[in-house]
Amino acid sequence: MGTDDAVVVEGLRKDYGSKQALSGLDLTVRSGTVHGLLGPNGAGKTTAVRILSTLLRPSAGRAVVAGYDVVARPDEVRRRIGLLGQHAAVDEELSGRQNLEMFGRLYHLGARRAAAEAEALLERFGLADTGRKPVSAYSGGMRRRLDLAASLIGSSAHGDGDGAGQRVLFLDEPTTGLDPRGRNEVWNAVRSLVGGGTTVLLTTQYLEEADQLADTVAVIDAGHVVAEGTPDELKAKLGADRIDVVVRDVAQLEAAASVVGMAAGAAEVTRDPDRRLLSAPVGDRMAALAGAVRGLEAAGIDAEDIALRRPTLDEVFLHTTAKEAGAA
Amino acid sequence: MTAHVLTDCWTMTRRELAHWQRRPVQAVVAVAFPLMMLVMFVYFIGGGMRVGNYREFLVPGMFALTMAFGLEATMVALTQDLNRGVIDRFRSIPMAQSAVLVGRSLHDMLESAVSLVVLVGAGLLVGWRWHSGLVEAAAAVGLLLLLRFAMLWAGIYCALVAGRPELVQAVQILIWPVAFFSNVFSSPATMPTWMGHVAEWNPMSATARAVRELFGNPVWGGGDSWAGSHATLLAVLWPLALLAVFFPLAVRKYAAMGK
Repeated sequence: MGTDDAVVVEGLRKDYGSKQALSGLDLTVRSGTVHGLLGPNGAGKTTAVRILSTLLRPSAGRAVVAGYDVVARPDEVRRRIGLLGQHAAVDEELSGRQNLEMFGRLYHLGARRAAAEAEALLERFGLADTGRKPVSAYSGGMRRRLDLAASLIGSSAHGDGDGAGQRVLFLDEPTTGLDPRGRNEVWNAVRSLVGGGTTVLLTTQYLEEADQLADTVAVIDAGHVVAEGTPDELKAKLGADRIDVVVRDVAQLEAAASVVGMAAGAAEVTRDPDRRLLSAPVGDRMAALAGAVRGLEAAGIDAEDIALRRPTLDEVFLHTTAKEAGAA
Repeated sequence: MTAHVLTDCWTMTRRELAHWQRRPVQAVVAVAFPLMMLVMFVYFIGGGMRVGNYREFLVPGMFALTMAFGLEATMVALTQDLNRGVIDRFRSIPMAQSAVLVGRSLHDMLESAVSLVVLVGAGLLVGWRWHSGLVEAAAAVGLLLLLRFAMLWAGIYCALVAGRPELVQAVQILIWPVAFFSNVFSSPATMPTWMGHVAEWNPMSATARAVRELFGNPVWGGGDSWAGSHATLLAVLWPLALLAVFFPLAVRKYAAMGK
């Protein structure tokens, strides 16, 4: 492995009886980057995170986090990671400050350092004025931010061995169950971490989230990686750009589909009657656009909007996971 | 890391103690529950007990019952931590892992000691007295706390095995027949013969009877069976046996959580 790799996973397997949660997961996360682990429910995302954060032993394979094997040296790994599980794992009855000070003491910072770090983290995550309220009175977004703060406790530790300052954070579906406002709060908090050299492995079901936050994305399904790359590379993998057409009258959607399909030279045109939208992959962008405009006009179809765009991660996701299902 | 075991245990205990200050109502309710039971049985039901001094009989029984019911309190608290992911966080940070369970037990023992003090005060108020020396009284308190300690580890094991709030409810219900199938509220001599024998072998009965004897309170019959005449011995052996089973099981279960 390269010394720049914060996480290296090779052939990781986890069996529960005859059920395989992970079936040979391979993964590399470079230091200081955000890596998205994208997959549907039951794909093995949480199992992977639990193994990487030393909570679960793998059945086979190898996982190295911050330079240490998770099975052989769990203590060394624990000094260098932060975990954000699916629930905000903070003590609901204590205040934010009490929570952070408690975790600081458990990182053996000493009472004064623990209090100072708690204060700094509350400030940094915009929780300074709520530091005395019990967490049970926090909003979902605030809880998550406190959770993030807790996972960073001790990361500015000096004299605590090498690399103690460089955290590897595991965020398991950090915005599940949050309203859009809470989601934005958490996204901003995550973005603010990355500048400081923190490495983030983020699992999500939301493609938009991976697109927003991740430098690289691994699409995982049935316990292993089915596609990997930057969000742009993944979109490129699906191939073509797409042409989207919104018609004014939904009754004309079918007619428009055949016109646009012809112009784009595409065999397959997707239709969304609710949004009066159709979409087709294109080879030659300009020819397809010009052809569609002319064809629609000639057929007397009134278009509200015509646009060329890159495929979304949603489409990459459906495409890659459907291919897997077909192959299995 | 081992150097931090003690400080980590204390940090975990302090966390639980902070809860007292954070939720005073709940802390009061926890102590009020045995008080309510005491009042119920002394004033509502005790009047119908036409035998000697029922209060002197009942109050030590309530001490034992409260200690045994500690199983439930321990199980509830740990189950909550497990389900909220707090235990996962503790397991993912570089603390002494033993501190999670040791902190839990230190706190629960402290809490039980406090509720025992409150209950003794309430007992004195309703007319219970002890008629023995300080040594016997101290031994009685020791036996009560020993029972609580055994129930604590049984509670930890139950929480680690069950781990779900629904199962906590099942335990909360099942604990009642076990409580009444004992000598806490009435003498096993008044029960159908075989039931009386089973009730005498209940670990709670052993502690209750031993504590009655040590405080110089009435024990009311039984006496003829082996369990009845060796109550003090049983009050030591039962908790030790329970500890011998549940302590290693709980520790192993916690360590094996990642399997």
